[in-house]
Amino acid sequence: MSQDAHRHTTRKTGLGRDLILAAVKDAFVKLDPRVQIRNPVMFVVAVGAVLTTLFIIRDAAGGGNRPVFFNFQIAAWLWLTVLFANFAEAVAEGRGRAQADQLRKSRTETMAKQLIGDKQRIVPAADLRKGDVALVEAGDTMPGDGQVIEGIASVDESAVTGESAPVIREPSEERRDVVGGTRVLSDWIKVRITTDPGESFLDHMIGLVEGAKRQKTPNEIALTILLVGLTIIFLLAVVTLEPFAMYSKTVVSVPVLIALLVCLIPTTIGGLLSAIGIAGMDRVLKHNVVAMSGRAVEAAGDVDTLLLDKTGTITLGNRMATEFRPSPGVGEEELADAAQLSSLADDTPEGRSIVVLAKNRFQIRERDIHGIGAAFIPFSAHTRMSGVDLPGREIRKGAADAIEEYVKGKGGTFSPEVTADVEKIAKQGGTPLVVADAHNVLGVIYLKDIIKGGMKERFAQMREAGIKTIMVTGDNPLTAAAIAAEAGVDDFLAEANPENKLELIRNYQADGRLVAMTGDGTNDAPALAQADVAVAMHSGTQAAKEAGNMVDLDSNPTKLLEIVEIGKQLLMTRGALTTFSVANDVAKYFAIIPAIFIAAYPQLAVLNVMRLARPQSAILSAVIFNALIIIALVPLALRGVAYRPISADAVLRRNILIYGAGGLIVPFIFIKLIDLSIVALGLA
Amino acid sequence: MVAGETLRMASYVGVVLVLAAPLGIYMARVFTRDKTFLDPVLCPIERLIYRLCAVDADKEMNWKEYALVLLIFNGFGFVALFLIQLLQGLLPLNPQNLAGVEPTVAFNTAASFMTNTNWQAYGGESTMSYLTQMAGLTVQNFLSAAVGIAVLLALIRGLTRKTTDEIGNFWFDLTRSLLWVLIPLSVAFTIFLASQGAIQNVGAYKTVTTLEGAKQTIAMGPAASQVAIKMLGTNGGGFFNANSAHPFENPTPLTTFFELVAILLIPAGLVFAYGKMVGDLRQGYVILGAMLLLFATGLGVTYAAEHYGNPQIAAVHVAQPTAMEGKEVRCGVADSALWATATTGASSGSVNSMHDSFTPLGGLVPMLSIQLGEVVFGGVGAGLYGMLVFVFLTVFIVGLMVGRTPEYLGKKIESWEVKMAVLAVLIPSATILLGAATAVITRAGTSPILNPGPHGLSEVLYAFSSAGGNNGSAFAGLNAATPFYTILTGLGMLIGRFGVIVPVLAIAGSLAKKKAVPAGPGTFHTNSGLFAGLLAGVILIIGALTFFPALALGPIVEQLAMMAGTSF
Repeated sequence: MSQDAHRHTTRKTGLGRDLILAAVKDAFVKLDPRVQIRNPVMFVVAVGAVLTTLFIIRDAAGGGNRPVFFNFQIAAWLWLTVLFANFAEAVAEGRGRAQADQLRKSRTETMAKQLIGDKQRIVPAADLRKGDVALVEAGDTMPGDGQVIEGIASVDESAVTGESAPVIREPSEERRDVVGGTRVLSDWIKVRITTDPGESFLDHMIGLVEGAKRQKTPNEIALTILLVGLTIIFLLAVVTLEPFAMYSKTVVSVPVLIALLVCLIPTTIGGLLSAIGIAGMDRVLKHNVVAMSGRAVEAAGDVDTLLLDKTGTITLGNRMATEFRPSPGVGEEELADAAQLSSLADDTPEGRSIVVLAKNRFQIRERDIHGIGAAFIPFSAHTRMSGVDLPGREIRKGAADAIEEYVKGKGGTFSPEVTADVEKIAKQGGTPLVVADAHNVLGVIYLKDIIKGGMKERFAQMREAGIKTIMVTGDNPLTAAAIAAEAGVDDFLAEANPENKLELIRNYQADGRLVAMTGDGTNDAPALAQADVAVAMHSGTQAAKEAGNMVDLDSNPTKLLEIVEIGKQLLMTRGALTTFSVANDVAKYFAIIPAIFIAAYPQLAVLNVMRLARPQSAILSAVIFNALIIIALVPLALRGVAYRPISADAVLRRNILIYGAGGLIVPFIFIKLIDLSIVALGLA
Repeated sequence: MVAGETLRMASYVGVVLVLAAPLGIYMARVFTRDKTFLDPVLCPIERLIYRLCAVDADKEMNWKEYALVLLIFNGFGFVALFLIQLLQGLLPLNPQNLAGVEPTVAFNTAASFMTNTNWQAYGGESTMSYLTQMAGLTVQNFLSAAVGIAVLLALIRGLTRKTTDEIGNFWFDLTRSLLWVLIPLSVAFTIFLASQGAIQNVGAYKTVTTLEGAKQTIAMGPAASQVAIKMLGTNGGGFFNANSAHPFENPTPLTTFFELVAILLIPAGLVFAYGKMVGDLRQGYVILGAMLLLFATGLGVTYAAEHYGNPQIAAVHVAQPTAMEGKEVRCGVADSALWATATTGASSGSVNSMHDSFTPLGGLVPMLSIQLGEVVFGGVGAGLYGMLVFVFLTVFIVGLMVGRTPEYLGKKIESWEVKMAVLAVLIPSATILLGAATAVITRAGTSPILNPGPHGLSEVLYAFSSAGGNNGSAFAGLNAATPFYTILTGLGMLIGRFGVIVPVLAIAGSLAKKKAVPAGPGTFHTNSGLFAGLLAGVILIIGALTFFPALALGPIVEQLAMMAGTSF
């Protein structure tokens, strides 16, 4: 994972003791048949456990020489199998809930100053309805999601975004949205609440990680169907075994048949399936992204086209000075010196970058601006330049045409070399800033879009993994092409506007591709609504957030890449555990089948390749392995299979080897070990 | 001897592939309306047929219409065949004056031939008049094979078309399969068989005096023409009871060889056609690879088991250990093993040896081949669409591991496809297991079993596998003509056939509606050798796991017992 990702995982919730205890309790609560029926595979196990228990009760009442202790152990392990699966789900839910609770905590006790007409009334924040207006003053906590209708305030949104710098909230379109749970630091605002309690997206998020409200995603449904199908097939194989056994003049007890059935049906993946899904949502949440549905997270795995905004995603938000290109006859240091002087009072990022470059190149330091008698000329939209007047000097910097006009006005000329430099820089995707001292043109500063560190490698990995990256920018095609080439994206859309962005998405979708994008402005809303995975920036407008299917609380567009990885990881984990689960059956067959029929046909001992001690120990070992493997794989289900951005074929070979071949071999070893332990302990 | 026989088996596979490749390309042209050399003759006939039947072969159907037309068409075929059998005593071309067929046997036979199963609960020469053989059974031999091709074509269209409801026209598919493929090939093959001495007449049975002076009745009939389609259409319903062990059906070593080739010819050709039609020959080769892998494994096991034979026979020194009992002496072990593997891998069901007499392990392979769904080449059309069902399952299980919603040929495999694919696997399996389980615990089911113990279980299991899998070969050793078996296996054939066809058409319909995702480095490639291996693995695991318990009690225990000196 990238540096970026690491930073976001700092607010991680570990597997604390409390969490485990709560999950254990939940595991029992989930024995409720109404909960169990949601998971057909485990429901079959639960029914098996009930039946086996009934047999024990019958046998205990009837006495006789039935293997009550053996049946008791089978029943116990069947119950444990069910509980382990419940536990897996409960742990995943617990982790998500803990994370969401942290966010919600701030909201629970909040009181709000509701405004009704001119009157102010103190009410619990949770009582506010959509459309209510509340006054929020310095030190107050935001009572709910809403929009600023009056006033201006600085707001600490770190509780939601993790970003410590306060943000300004005011009625303007870009800055009017506020989130419940954040804190006003100064001044006051009036907020119109836009969501009813229980609908704000914190609540939404909490609901999603809680099993009850979680809806199965399309792929999860398909996988469940496959698992149910396999369960039915094995149910048939086991049920028909009884008549075949009768024909073969041997009797197989019902608990043993149930044990066989439970070992054969895909309990491993069946027990972990919902935990995998919840953990996927949870991982998204850890990156401070709220997904509106599990479907969106899953779709992220399928995304093969990424639309990335140039500014903020691919490049640092601002252009930086990277080079001084002096006019003929002017020293580079002279140009740097003038450029630095003109930028001392310029606190735009571009201005600061010029100062930094001058310092780095020629050790030109900060100077006492009052001592030298400088008068700064700020940038104005009218003159399109800024500068500084010193005694005897008039330094100006600005766009080429603005400076040209200025210089010509002073009686100077614009040399062809400077014009050539200006054109060259523009062609390379940079912005030329010309510096002049009165009528003397000193040279050009090369302002450049700086590609974020590691992005080029990232895009190369994406390409390897089959994901196409497209840079979207308002720049002209020439500039866009230069930056696209430098960043290593596959394609770009220059002079982008909402219409051609939407069209681009539609075209890709018509080719069968799945498109993901990020957006923040209201004008992004149509494109966000069209994209398959749309991550709205939390700093963006309400319209953008409603159109998207995820909201990034950090407003960091680069995160789209991580979201795609999480989606892929989710699907890979499902596939890996399904393969593992099915492959496991081979060993379990070799444990149980000879054990069942050895009495009727001693020849079948040949099939007992693991040389398990006794029929009863063999059956028990398989059942125990089947139960324990669920617990053993819980960490993997929660963490997800390791994702590497390599080609699908390479990923496949790797996973086949680990989970396919591993799934065939591992149970042979562990069933044998369990058998040895059982015999040593005298349990069978 | 082993080296020579291995060479013979290898050359067999070679000949099949060499003939199947051009046939496949030809078939792809036929079904995509490209020009072929037969067009000048056949196109007018095709138009005439459409006009006579008043069908519009250009009108596209959605999957439900397609399935409905197919079911109605087969329903008519079933009723017609059933009536011909009942009434054959009153109808012409019956020199032996055979009476009407007993109703349950007639039901069983009608179901059997209509579903391309060709299970025979009767002896051909002693039950069926020439008219029944020619106008009833042979007609269904053609039609059932053509229906299989039609279903496959609908599925291919589902895979290749985008965002449409239409999966083709059943009448078009049926007519083209018959006119361009099945009839020309059968005519050619009939002439070849007749030239080799297979009989083709409608005369009365001959009574001859044998060398020992005894009287023997020799059955006659239009055998060559029926044998041709029996082999080519993976039907397998022999003209005579002895099937291809009968010299009039299979007179010379050359006919043995080419009848064998004919079993796999069209199924293998369709795999080539498939690659051509989906626009990537390698997709076809990969499926072919998986088939060959399973075929070679099955053949190897059967051949080894038969060659090794029964140690008990060796112990008494009357013969070589190699198991020759129940095999045509003319054919020997290699041809018998080859035939058994081919006939059960495909849904042919024709036999040149009695599988009942194989060693238990040698008999297990044919049985398992059927239970896997006859996807190793398989029935005409049916084998490949059955294989594609497994392809969908493999893609779904394994494809998830690359981190994307699984897709095949750009089509996403989602819950509907999984549901239908699971049904297509589940329905025949359920039919086989439930049928056999019912049989072994009822008196009606157990009394016709001729051998006790595990061998008897194998016989029953084989019978229901053969029916549910639409194979039609029999293990023998089981009197299958009792009403219990004729009705139960008859139902099994119907469920096993249409329980797969309808889900497959449903998949075709759903796939056709989807967009196609372009392939890229992030796509799970289904045209690699790795995929062939995975496909074979999934088939074996799902198939074997389903039937392993039952097989353990039948052939496996029997083989182990035989090695230890007990036989049943």
